[in-house]
Amino acid sequence: MKIAVCLKRVPDTETRITIAPGGQSIVDAGVKFILNPYDEFAVEAALQLKQAQGGEVVAISLGPDVVQETLRTALAMGADRAIQLKTDGNPYDTIAVASALAAELKSGGYDLILLGKMAIDDYNHAMAPALGELLDVPSVSAVSKLTIADGRATAEREVEGGVEVVTFPLPAVVSADKGLNKPRLPTLPGIMAAKKKPMESKPAALGAAKVVVRTLTPPPERPAGRILGEGAGAVPELVRLLQTEAKVL
Amino acid sequence: MSTDFFDIDGALTEEERAVRDSVRRFVDDRVLPVIGQCYVDGRFPRELIPEMAGLGLFGANLPEEYGCAGLNNVAYGLIMQELERGDSGIRSFASVQGALVMYPIYAFGSEAQKRHYLPKMASGEIIGCFGLTEPDYGSNPSGMITTAREQGDGSYVLNGAKMWITNGSTAQAAIIWAKTGADDKSIRGFVVPTDTKGFSAKDQKGKLSLRASDTSELVLQDVCVPKTAVLPGSGGLKSPLMCLTQARYGISWGAIGAAMACYEEALAYSKTRVMFDRPIGGFQLQQQRLADMITEITKAQLLSLHLGRLKDAGTFTPQQVSMAKRNNVDIATNIAREARRLLGANGILAEYSAMRHMENLESVYTYEGTHDIHTLILGQAVTGLNAFN
Repeated sequence: MKIAVCLKRVPDTETRITIAPGGQSIVDAGVKFILNPYDEFAVEAALQLKQAQGGEVVAISLGPDVVQETLRTALAMGADRAIQLKTDGNPYDTIAVASALAAELKSGGYDLILLGKMAIDDYNHAMAPALGELLDVPSVSAVSKLTIADGRATAEREVEGGVEVVTFPLPAVVSADKGLNKPRLPTLPGIMAAKKKPMESKPAALGAAKVVVRTLTPPPERPAGRILGEGAGAVPELVRLLQTEAKVL
Repeated sequence: MSTDFFDIDGALTEEERAVRDSVRRFVDDRVLPVIGQCYVDGRFPRELIPEMAGLGLFGANLPEEYGCAGLNNVAYGLIMQELERGDSGIRSFASVQGALVMYPIYAFGSEAQKRHYLPKMASGEIIGCFGLTEPDYGSNPSGMITTAREQGDGSYVLNGAKMWITNGSTAQAAIIWAKTGADDKSIRGFVVPTDTKGFSAKDQKGKLSLRASDTSELVLQDVCVPKTAVLPGSGGLKSPLMCLTQARYGISWGAIGAAMACYEEALAYSKTRVMFDRPIGGFQLQQQRLADMITEITKAQLLSLHLGRLKDAGTFTPQQVSMAKRNNVDIATNIAREARRLLGANGILAEYSAMRHMENLESVYTYEGTHDIHTLILGQAVTGLNAFN
């Protein structure tokens, strides 16, 4: 089975973000970037499928040369080779990026395309549906369990209050949710081996961008907590404020 | 991380950062959740050995042809840093396995010994220990009384006792240093399977430091080993001292990890702990503690990083390693104590890491060349005068 895993380089969740002058992007300097955690589930799923059924795992990422580091993370985990779709900056528009990925994926002849259900930087949740549409194949999002046999896939999705089970033929696009697996850490020999694996870089055929970022603003400062009093006497006031001010009751 | 004040990350290669990040995640996910309880229980978390081996942590700076990761020495140091950010006992385990057991086999062993032992030690199938120190010979190992008498058929009979041996009761193989003749020039290394008749190990009880680590006493009573147990390249006290140089190099990095853990905990606590109506981090006395800590951590980072670059270039000296071990463990010990004090009463709880690190670091201060011995090594290096005896 030939599996593509689409990856995104995102700021680490523990990184403190500052907004660049102009208010449309963040300052990259001093920020630690990681492989999008949801994409890690996708890489792990691909590697497990390869281990069970054989085949090839190809990691693909779109962006400037720094994404090669992210691709090498996937290679260190065990992917066989990597493709960088090179751009100058970090394009935001989902369809523009999806078009470039779809062009590459179409020519690659993949049986399965895996990715995270969303990137933790933009929270768009849009790439898997967009790729399914552009490639005209089934697209199943936020999968927490995936089994493949005889060219058909069965996936479980956690929906409100229950589990939805879907089946679909391959090729298909599947996006990973938390719980799909426990991603392996890159081993030290894996990190060394990654340097020797093939890394192809080619220009990205970006589609036209229709969505642009106008402004980014940090969340408002959280006000300091207040101590209303002590003991049972403080309870009525606490309940009143939880109802009227915090509006959580 | 808040401990990278001088953009040390920028001085690391992508590969070095990747190694550090992998080990960091392992420690965050697998060590930190259990280590406090292990420490209280006086138990080394041996269930982590297969995962540590799977990551390639053992002997990671030895070549790939022997099943090791083949990393450079800076990456190796970063592994030690991250492991000791978890606990000195975890780092000690990896130090012993890599620098004190796999290294002498690599440096002094026959090709057959290397092929037999190194891949199995890298995979954690064989755990090793290092027997140099004796009950009455710590800082002066040349006085050791353990003997290896060569027999007519070329085999050896070993007799003696070793003490303060990390992993001693866990190990399947022990590197034993013994005198084959009268003086310290006759010291040679032996790889002794611990199930050999006459070999026994028992854990030392009552430790108030390194509680998440096995420390044992070894007794060798007429232990007979074949000629193939000798490390053929070993000869004289210089051989075990070369191993200690490797281990001390790793310790210099490890101590930074312990200091980082204490500083980060203290820093976070200082921002959230409110006293006199404001976070204690807003008071000058605590700020001085934190400023001193991050300054010393940064100096130690620069020292070890440069030492690692020298080691990779093949130009480092044992005296430089002594300076790094002496300085970094000393500052880490002080940082752990100051962090514990900043944490107030909470600082004595196992729920926080400062006091555990503080207690551990007293051992690290004492082992692998005490602080005082490294002082004398540096003193001799700069004056040319021997103050040992």
